[in-house]
Amino acid sequence: MTQLTFARAINAGLRKSLENDSKVVLLGEDIGTLGGVFRVTDGLQKDFGTHRVVDTPLAESAIVGTAVGLAYRGYRPVVEIQFDGFIYPAFDQIVSQVAKLHYRTRGAVKMPITIRVPFGGGIGSPEHHSESPEAYFTHTSGLRVVTVANPQDAYTVIQQAIACDDPVLYFEPKRRYHDKGEVDESVDPASALPMDKARVLTDGSDVTLVAYGPLVKTAVDAASAAADEGISIEVIDLRSLAPVDYDAVVASVRKTGRLVVTHEAGQSGGLGAEVAASITERCFYHLEAAPVRVTGFDIPYPYSKLEMHHLPGLDRILDGVDRALGRPNSLSGLEG
Amino acid sequence: MSTDETGHGGAQTPGSAGNPGGPGQEFLQLITPAGERISHPEFDFWVRDITDEQLCSLFEDMTVIRRIDVEATALQRQGELALWPPLLGQEAAQVGSGRSLRADDFVFSSYRENGVAYCRGVDLTDLLRVWRGNASGGWDPYSINMATPQIIIGAQTLHATGYAMGIQNDGADAVAVTYFGDGATSEGDVNEAMVFAASFQAPVVFFCTNNHWAISEPVRLQSHIQLADRATGFGIPSLRVDGNDVLAVMAATRLALDRARRGGGPTFIEAVTYRMGPHTTADDPTRYRDANELEDWAAKDPISRLAGLLDRKGLLTPELQQQVKDKADSVASEMRRGCTTMPEPQPLDVFKHVYSTPNSWLERQQDHYARYLASFGDPAGAVSEEGAR
Ligand SMILES: Cc1ncc(C[n+]2csc(CCOP(=O)(O)OP(=O)(O)O)c2C)c(N)n1
Repeated sequence: MTQLTFARAINAGLRKSLENDSKVVLLGEDIGTLGGVFRVTDGLQKDFGTHRVVDTPLAESAIVGTAVGLAYRGYRPVVEIQFDGFIYPAFDQIVSQVAKLHYRTRGAVKMPITIRVPFGGGIGSPEHHSESPEAYFTHTSGLRVVTVANPQDAYTVIQQAIACDDPVLYFEPKRRYHDKGEVDESVDPASALPMDKARVLTDGSDVTLVAYGPLVKTAVDAASAAADEGISIEVIDLRSLAPVDYDAVVASVRKTGRLVVTHEAGQSGGLGAEVAASITERCFYHLEAAPVRVTGFDIPYPYSKLEMHHLPGLDRILDGVDRALGRPNSLSGLEG
Repeated sequence: MSTDETGHGGAQTPGSAGNPGGPGQEFLQLITPAGERISHPEFDFWVRDITDEQLCSLFEDMTVIRRIDVEATALQRQGELALWPPLLGQEAAQVGSGRSLRADDFVFSSYRENGVAYCRGVDLTDLLRVWRGNASGGWDPYSINMATPQIIIGAQTLHATGYAMGIQNDGADAVAVTYFGDGATSEGDVNEAMVFAASFQAPVVFFCTNNHWAISEPVRLQSHIQLADRATGFGIPSLRVDGNDVLAVMAATRLALDRARRGGGPTFIEAVTYRMGPHTTADDPTRYRDANELEDWAAKDPISRLAGLLDRKGLLTPELQQQVKDKADSVASEMRRGCTTMPEPQPLDVFKHVYSTPNSWLERQQDHYARYLASFGDPAGAVSEEGAR
């Protein structure tokens, strides 16, 4: 076991994949000499060469589009999109090509492409640097969408994503890059918890709190604050956003009878809506209150001085928990 | 040189050939790094009216812009700005082009053209709003005929082309000018912008600042030919100029603007210069770039070059230097004051301007958030990650 930051853990996972499979190639802007703007690929070009770790010209559509060609040729490309807000020039290649080629060719062509995206806010950046675009991709069949919430998962899941024959969007919570955690580098990704399974982080009996990526830490902190007030929260780290491990959420909600979902992305058409609807369908008679969403607002990501208002923090999550429990909360007395 | 009655170049507009410097010269240059004025058979025409007084004023502009840059970098280091993208070394490219524009021309730039914004008359507090994290856009684009800075690499080139198509439809003789970097030339948007501009012969000037680096990536990664030659493939005439030579930049820009105004369509200008600072204040160029390279370029500094010319002409008097310094000092202190006294944005401001008319759905979110904030005695407590309970 070693203490690694999130960024170093992903780096170590990428290194393992590069070592184990000569077909793995990394592509992206500034990932070589600079080691990526967040240093996630630091040192990899030096050790694996410029043909395995490729600094590309500034063209996101080309980065993903050429990864499609490389995949046709039997490679397993891992591309880095420098920031969430820069994925849109590549959107067409991702949703029209990457997502559909397996289906279109009746399984003849595999697209084992991993698209790494630093996402989410909280680092005081200018616009286009703090987006949560995951719902655009969870809405597209054929893509797997995963996020990681601790360095061990970061290390293991990146390897699982690369080994997976389906295309995977791997969302990295950038505001956690410098957080440290224990990482067991001897873990075999093949026998670790599969990347499409959710994980229960805290046992609880009053409320199920579903989170992913950057908000998992906030959710766990909220659970421990609530515990001080005698409220028992079961926190679920969703991990996979497409497909969602609904069985795990259902099992928890059957026990607690209440559901709160939180994410940084805006509320409308977000993953929280999907989880709330699916759980309502499957657990209607177990629910003691309507599911509650605690999310970003339906606004463009705001300038950095106000971003903490947009991002759900511990108190806003607890206010949502109060709503689910029918305790006094900021909306008490309001109807519907 | 023949001129028509409007004073513009006649039928044989100079520089329409792709190789402005002539054989053996890499780019158009009118002032040597040592500050010597070299004459050029075709391009002197475009700066023939520049008086000594105007040269001094260009010197003042460049000095002030450098001072703005240094001051903003200091403000970032002091925690007053979240981020700053320095333009150190690119003053001649920005002033030479920026001072060639007419008030009714319209600029679509990237995040680094703060010197161009200064030439357009931007309010210095507005210049910093975005970088302080207080706003999404610093100014009303129509107030200075310049769009707010674009962060998505190359997106603005399409906007400029569309604006130019609008000018064309309106029968006006204004020009849209778009600024972008060497790295941007790889993006699909920039290539698509050139396709449209050429197809419709839109009055747009593509001003590519080749500062040699796209964050850590050298220009040779983006292109194996000179960037100016890329445009030719789209049917757009191009010019390659010494971007550290304010007169050469001016000559090329004036030519391109004139061509566009007279219905001659788009022009691509590659201004060859160097980003002497980091990409942004968050970047560490020592990881990817050789110190010698920086030294070589320091010897070609655009401001000392113009100072050299002024000196040769006997214009670089102590009075001028004092006057320029005073101006730079006052601009810097005005900017600093504007920055530190900028009012803090209010929490509910985040709901403003999402749509042009209110809708009940978003109003409800705003109302709920207002109630949430009101449930705390101290609203600030509501927004920390750790929480206030
Ligand atoms: C679409 C997109 N991709 C990536 C980025 C991240 N990024 C910001 S600046 C930059 C380099 C741009 O280089 P260049 O076009 O040469 O302009 P310069 O910064 O040198 O002025 C990159 C990759 C971005 N802003 N937008």
